[in-house]
Amino acid sequence: MKSLFLRGMSHGIPIALGYLSVSFGFGIAAAKCGLSVFTASLISATNLTSAGQAAGIDIIAASGALIEMVLVQLTINIRYSLMAISLSQKLDKSFTTPHRFAASYGITDEIFAVCSAQKNPLTPAYMYGMILVAFLGWVSGTAMGVSAGQLLPSSVSSAMGIVLYGMFLAIIIPPAKKQRNVLFAVLLAAGVSILMRYVFTMISGGFAVIISAVAASALAAVIFPVKDDGEANE
Amino acid sequence: MSIAIYIFVMAGVTYLIRMIPFTFFRKKIKSKFFRSFLYYIPYAVLSAMTIPAIFYSTGSMITSVAGTVVAVVLAYLDLPLIIVALAASGTAFFTGLFC
Repeated sequence: MKSLFLRGMSHGIPIALGYLSVSFGFGIAAAKCGLSVFTASLISATNLTSAGQAAGIDIIAASGALIEMVLVQLTINIRYSLMAISLSQKLDKSFTTPHRFAASYGITDEIFAVCSAQKNPLTPAYMYGMILVAFLGWVSGTAMGVSAGQLLPSSVSSAMGIVLYGMFLAIIIPPAKKQRNVLFAVLLAAGVSILMRYVFTMISGGFAVIISAVAASALAAVIFPVKDDGEANE
Repeated sequence: MSIAIYIFVMAGVTYLIRMIPFTFFRKKIKSKFFRSFLYYIPYAVLSAMTIPAIFYSTGSMITSVAGTVVAVVLAYLDLPLIIVALAASGTAFFTGLFC
């Protein structure tokens, strides 16, 4: 039991290191939106997700509608449902319902990726160890980012504003390079998003992301249905 | 509106999205369209969030474009996420020193 927890922790270390720099970028962005260290850290601690938080603080900064917040989080984070379904298929018997309630909090892209690569059934202890380490990296990076955003010269903090987007590009470009269907979805989503920004300017940023992503994904799903079940989980 | 309400809604929705399928789902999704749709969603979301927002991310179009170009090239070469993200930021910083 204890060794599984430690094993999870050690598998969580590379995730935490990656999270440090990304959440640092989120912290800088949060500082720009006028959020305090406490508020930004609270967002990171309760959400544990990069893209959803980045979109969320934009809505907070713009005093957007709550329904916009709900729909944006749903659209951006709906991928976690698919990951959760996938992980639910390979849980150990010790994964009782209360453990599922708790561990589901920590399903992120990276934790999902590491957990799905495990050959053995997943135990609660293993997942808790990994989630704990990733959580510490994510929240401490956020706190440091906000402080840095308030302290660092603006030349540095404004250059850090691109960190999250750089990471997003690093996630979408490699698969888009290899798979024409992904490239199609990515380019279409970018095209619709540009259209929203410059032509349909009355649509707010959050809704623009939803419309772009849903339209591009639906069209891609019709034109390029995904065949292999496993492929859909990556 | 209070920030606390925003955070509560944000965290609540994000948690339920993870918790409901993880706790209650025992079968596989059969709809081919829905599975395909879910497969494309992450890529489409990240793409729509990035373009064109990335060009405004540093407050200067020139430094943002420079950072974007470096990020695209390094991502195309399959470099790790952190390297791509930090190189984009470093490029934006150094470009900013000269213009």
